[in-house]
Amino acid sequence: MASRGTLIGAAAFAILAAGAPLLPQWLVSLSTIAFANALVVLGLVILWRTGLVPFGQALFYAIGAYAVALLGRYTPVRDVFVVVIAGAVCAGIVAYLVGFLLARYREIFFAMLSLAMSMILYGVLVKTETLGSTDGFHVEAGSFFGWRPQGAMRNLALFWLVLGCCAVAAVLVARYFRSVAGALAIPVRDNEIRVEFLGISVDRLIHLKLVISGILAGMGGALAALAVQHVDPQMAYWTTSGGFVFVTILAGAGSVAAAFVGSLAFELVRSIAVDLLPGAWQLILGSALLLTILFLPEGLGSLYARLRRRKEETAP
Amino acid sequence: MSAILSVRDLEKTFGSVVAARDISLDVPAQQTVGIIGANGAGKTTFVNMITGHLSPSKGSILFEGNDITGLPSRTITRLGISRSFQVAQVFPSLTVTENMWAAAAIARGRDSIIARALTPLDTPEAKTEADAAMELFQITRYRDARAVTLPQGVRKLLDIAMAVAGSPRVLLLDEPTSGISIEEKFGLMDVVMSALKTRRITVLFVEHDMEIVGRFADRVLAFYDGTVIADERPETVLANPRVQTFISGTKPAGEGAVHA
Repeated sequence: MASRGTLIGAAAFAILAAGAPLLPQWLVSLSTIAFANALVVLGLVILWRTGLVPFGQALFYAIGAYAVALLGRYTPVRDVFVVVIAGAVCAGIVAYLVGFLLARYREIFFAMLSLAMSMILYGVLVKTETLGSTDGFHVEAGSFFGWRPQGAMRNLALFWLVLGCCAVAAVLVARYFRSVAGALAIPVRDNEIRVEFLGISVDRLIHLKLVISGILAGMGGALAALAVQHVDPQMAYWTTSGGFVFVTILAGAGSVAAAFVGSLAFELVRSIAVDLLPGAWQLILGSALLLTILFLPEGLGSLYARLRRRKEETAP
Repeated sequence: MSAILSVRDLEKTFGSVVAARDISLDVPAQQTVGIIGANGAGKTTFVNMITGHLSPSKGSILFEGNDITGLPSRTITRLGISRSFQVAQVFPSLTVTENMWAAAAIARGRDSIIARALTPLDTPEAKTEADAAMELFQITRYRDARAVTLPQGVRKLLDIAMAVAGSPRVLLLDEPTSGISIEEKFGLMDVVMSALKTRRITVLFVEHDMEIVGRFADRVLAFYDGTVIADERPETVLANPRVQTFISGTKPAGEGAVHA
């Protein structure tokens, strides 16, 4: 039988999908980007539970995005389902390869090494003419099993695609969290020695987490590229990675749902802040993060747990 | 009785420092071996080499006839040699039950990480095994307490219970009573040793308290300066003048001096 969390999550996705045609265009576009980025955040949550914070997750985000862009530019492949899977797979392969090195490091060394790798990709993208150099290049619109929607319909179709990807990812990651490999995140963070002496390799556990988070980031990047219809080296830049870490802190590592709520909250706050204070929107974003750390140190996701606890305490 | 664990000419050096040398011995199945020695005598180095935490510089270690010298600790654990630590190694932010689930789940599964990602942690089998282990080590009443809040003695019991989760044939206990008050030591060792006897586990335990060693060991290895200077029944080893001079301190150094 499905758990209470799964049912709430399924209902939320169904309401969003059904209600999307009623929403204003700007909100659909904003939510599309927010949920695409939420996939990257979900990957960061997986690593953060183990005590690892990568400052270079934009590496996989950019690989997913550029894979989609390059497929559109150099091949006849246009189907969005195929290109999104291709973006996720490319990022997963790179995560698997760099994982052999990254999985051996912890704490700040892990963070800085991942940052260094993303900056290498940034450097390559900036200097490579065939990859669009600093300007990047246009991404083909893509088709949905041969259907090529235009205008507002395309935005809606993309939103549904992103929602579908997020729903699948949420179910799989929730299942992973309940598995032996997923649930060992806290034991690994607490005491690597004990985990090793119980008979399992901590490096291999972390390597798997890196590959999963890479696949999620690649998928997020691919979907973002389709939504924006443009890729550029900024997608691999360290500030992009920093933005994902920002959202992860805002969301918290408590649950799968937190990644989606956190990402949507971030995009909404940023959008409103830019509207209200075009010259100083960072001030509002920074204050929002500061307040979250002060009053919700375990992120927005902990709000639900707190409310539930309070309800249980006041129950007769 | 055939040896479950055999060690031949074991040596460990760190640069010019010789931490262990010329160690050769056989441990029959289900024997309880006490390991004594002053600080720096090589006891923990010996335990670390057997359990794969350190790779020997020379010599070999055979477990059930198979060479396990230099294998990684997790492989040695999976083969059937487990250990506890001088400072209890538990997962402080998890409850006692969750600690035991984690240990049981790791112990039960296959080596493949992918298979681990597809197996739920809280299977009925893992839960049953965790409950049985908590019962055996008498820590059931702490089941919902976070490990960080546990008294030292209970934390030690949890550490050992977790080490036993994989049904090892050999268990090495590194100072199981360190940090425990004198009044609690014997009670803790009674619980541990009776649990291990029930599971028919061969035990090697490092201990400073000679009373504990005399009461629980079938055989005692006395370490001094990186090597074994006595290897006999407890009463014989504890009466050995070299042991009394260099380890137990029951004979003042210089009196009837025996050179090591």
